[in-house]
Amino acid sequence: MRFLLIEDHAPLAKAVVDRLSLDGHVVDHASSMADAWDFIATAAYDLILLDIMLPDGDGRDFLSRCRTEAQKTPVIVLTARSEVSDRVSLLDLGADDYMVKPIDFSELEARCRAVLRRRQGEARNTKGIGDLVFDPLAGTLRKDAETIQLRPRELRLFETFANSPGQIFSKAALVDRLFSFDDDVTENAIEVYVGRLRRHLETSSVQITTVRGLGYKLDT
Amino acid sequence: MVSWFSNPGSIRQRLLGFLLVGAAAMAILLYFIVRSVAGQLAQESQDNILTASAYSVVDSTRVRSGELIVDIPYFAFSMLGNLSDERVFYSIRLGGEFLSGYEELPSLENIDGELAFQSAEFLGQDVRIATARRPISLSEGSSVLEVSIAQTRQGLSDTLARISGLAAALGLVFFMVAAVLATLIANTTIRPIDRLTASLSRRGPRDLRPVTTPVPVEMEPLVTSLNGFIGRLKTSLSRSEDFIAEAAHRLRTPLALVRTQADITIRRMERDENRKAMRDMITAIDETSRTAGQLLDHAMVSLRADDLETEKIALPVLVRDTVERMTPTAELKDLDLEIGTLADMSVRGDLILLQSALENVVDNAMKYTPIGGQIVVGVSEGGLGLALIAVSDNGPGFPKPGAEPLTDRFARGTNAEGIVGSGLGLTIAQDVLRVHGGALNLTNTEGGGACVELVLPSV
Repeated sequence: MRFLLIEDHAPLAKAVVDRLSLDGHVVDHASSMADAWDFIATAAYDLILLDIMLPDGDGRDFLSRCRTEAQKTPVIVLTARSEVSDRVSLLDLGADDYMVKPIDFSELEARCRAVLRRRQGEARNTKGIGDLVFDPLAGTLRKDAETIQLRPRELRLFETFANSPGQIFSKAALVDRLFSFDDDVTENAIEVYVGRLRRHLETSSVQITTVRGLGYKLDT
Repeated sequence: MVSWFSNPGSIRQRLLGFLLVGAAAMAILLYFIVRSVAGQLAQESQDNILTASAYSVVDSTRVRSGELIVDIPYFAFSMLGNLSDERVFYSIRLGGEFLSGYEELPSLENIDGELAFQSAEFLGQDVRIATARRPISLSEGSSVLEVSIAQTRQGLSDTLARISGLAAALGLVFFMVAAVLATLIANTTIRPIDRLTASLSRRGPRDLRPVTTPVPVEMEPLVTSLNGFIGRLKTSLSRSEDFIAEAAHRLRTPLALVRTQADITIRRMERDENRKAMRDMITAIDETSRTAGQLLDHAMVSLRADDLETEKIALPVLVRDTVERMTPTAELKDLDLEIGTLADMSVRGDLILLQSALENVVDNAMKYTPIGGQIVVGVSEGGLGLALIAVSDNGPGFPKPGAEPLTDRFARGTNAEGIVGSGLGLTIAQDVLRVHGGALNLTNTEGGGACVELVLPSV
């Protein structure tokens, strides 16, 4: 996905860009509202991540200008303040969602997914993998006329494999992708989810194979 | 008696006591005054008649050719007989020598002047005697004619008894009227104190507005110092709330940087033991930021509660919005966050506070429900004009004995080990509900899961 990050705190912005790039996203960084408008004018973004306190004004002004200029790109507000009163006015101004810093990137991903699901309706980007059609927003796998609905973690696991077919993921790496850092989980939990995915994929040409001593990979 | 005066006791009772004792003294005084005045008046009128009677006898005596002729006129006694059913006695003496009438009727010794009265006992009855004297010249020389008229005092004491009864009745009526007035006065005097007490005791625990109840001049210094005290308390509270808000805010940006860098680093780590350390670090950062956020929320609830902005809120809409907002977080934990039955209930309240309360309760449920669990949020009618938002899960439930103390600040259940939490979530929810005249109920469902009910008065 292509993100526009509007954030004036340079070290934090760089870290967020780096982090999102790790998941394979393309991120442009604007450090002021003026920069942001330049970016928006030249490129199309899937999602805008907006900090509220900016050097050249309040992020709220950006939001209302977005809405008056019929700028359709969904906006998720990142705020360092967590006063609930802020959150409500943000949503009133047309933000699609908000997150309080520090950001949990798994949560950000989940929120992006939810926002895009709401925004895009039925017109979705699907991805063909082997003999399957994968819809990451709806969380479905379609084979011929049969549609399988994945549960959230199965979806994230499949998405991780599908984004890099053939790459080997260790159990530990998968734990980090699948579970929030609050969860006290063992690597055995990964086996459970891999097992579930394998059952969904039984009839398909797409298979998850075990690489002994290293982890798992997706074969198409 | 001394202790009754010196101990604080009740102002109303003391006031009433003083007024009643005063009224009783006045009533008794009234009784004696009326009685004595009436007695005197009756005595005077009897004396007047006796005088008239005695003088009429004296006036009708004549000296004819040196001889004294006493011709007692009829009316001398008839005027006495008219007075009442009394017995009348008389005696006529000339120069101390008995002439006619009742000889035993006491005569006055050593009287000066023409007229004298005395009360005496005669023939076993109380009598009043009037004695009139007049010097007369007889053939054998001048002498003194002395006419005594006596009348029993039966009628007088009857009259006195009647008047006494009347005076007693009058005194009683006076006392009763005074008692009613005293009660009224006592109540009226106490009323401003009662009003002030009521307006203070009706307040919520966080209501720190100055007292505006009108009070009498005497109580103004008290209210002024009370308002001064409330003001100082409010300043001190809001200063600490501002400080918490500022501190929480200042923590977030650096925390966000650390959190993001840690997130990147963990992706690049090869060794599992390093990875474990980094996970622990991120968990600690998350806990810190969550606590900071909740401290801020808590401070915000206290601030908004002072000046509640209420509007009509449809609970189904509130529940749907909150569930939609929290679904992505639930999905991360593979939890089903579902909407149950939504009764069409509305409440009056502060939308922001109620959202915050519900979010905290749902967030709490998400923390304690194991992976793959289910949380259902529903709205129902609680009867007695109450609306319920129930958040139930199929987790381990609350620890059985005393689920209530969990709503205390920073209190956490005995089964909370290994779960990130500040213990402020339910406190925030409870504070919000209290401000709205509601309550937070913690129970366990039949299946053993926890059920938190947000109870609110419906409109």
